[in-house]
Amino acid sequence: MERIPILKMGDFLLVTIQVDLYDQLAENLESDLVNAVQKHGSKGVLIDISSVSIIDSFMGRILGNIGVMSRIMGAQSVIVGMQPAVAMTLVELGLTLTGVATALNVEKGMELLRSKILLSEGQGYDHDDNSE
Amino acid sequence: MIMTTTLNKEDFLIVREQDVVPFRNKVKEAAVKVGMGILNQTKLITAASELVRNLLKYGGGGTVVIENVTNGRENGVRLIFADKGPGIKDLDLAMKDGFSTGKSLGLGLPGTKRLVNEFNIQSTVGVGTTVTILKWKNG
Repeated sequence: MERIPILKMGDFLLVTIQVDLYDQLAENLESDLVNAVQKHGSKGVLIDISSVSIIDSFMGRILGNIGVMSRIMGAQSVIVGMQPAVAMTLVELGLTLTGVATALNVEKGMELLRSKILLSEGQGYDHDDNSE
Repeated sequence: MIMTTTLNKEDFLIVREQDVVPFRNKVKEAAVKVGMGILNQTKLITAASELVRNLLKYGGGGTVVIENVTNGRENGVRLIFADKGPGIKDLDLAMKDGFSTGKSLGLGLPGTKRLVNEFNIQSTVGVGTTVTILKWKNG
């Protein structure tokens, strides 16, 4: 079965979708990613969709699911590199990807991911400080 | 509906999910052939992707006719999705934003309609469903 590779880099998981998605492939990615977050104890997930020319309501829903599932598993996620035509089509379709963090490119996405992780850990430290 | 002339047409058989990606490529070819820009191409292919999923999920597969058409002033792409599935009981309800019998978001039909210039759906319970969409080059 065809699968999209997931790369582990330190605390992060990196996914670059280089092929056009179809339903089964997107569903596999969803479950593979959640399993990988658990296996590696990842703190952040970065998904690059700059090569994806079509996102319809199903694939959009999967991207949303990945964001929510990662958060439940304690990881932050960011989707980067959406093509302008894809963004315009998604909005017209009625899909606004609420709750999914996005960034223009990989570099900005990594920045956002790091700051999100710092923020979530920072809240933890504050709590510790108060209890001391 | 405006009178259109068909320049060329091709039938595409959809029986399983693996047919979807080659089908989307065929639609892209047809869009490129009429000189459609990237945004309209994306809208058309996304609409086609939604409808082909319905065709597979609810209709059990079917055929799609891919046509290059002209109205004399402008060229476009027309897609006719036909299945012999159970049909849709309440078309008005199916065309409402937020309605779905499946597990998707229910953006399918109304969302798809917004992406194209012409959208026509005909369905008979027990006979099947035919959806026709048309996207003009500069539509």
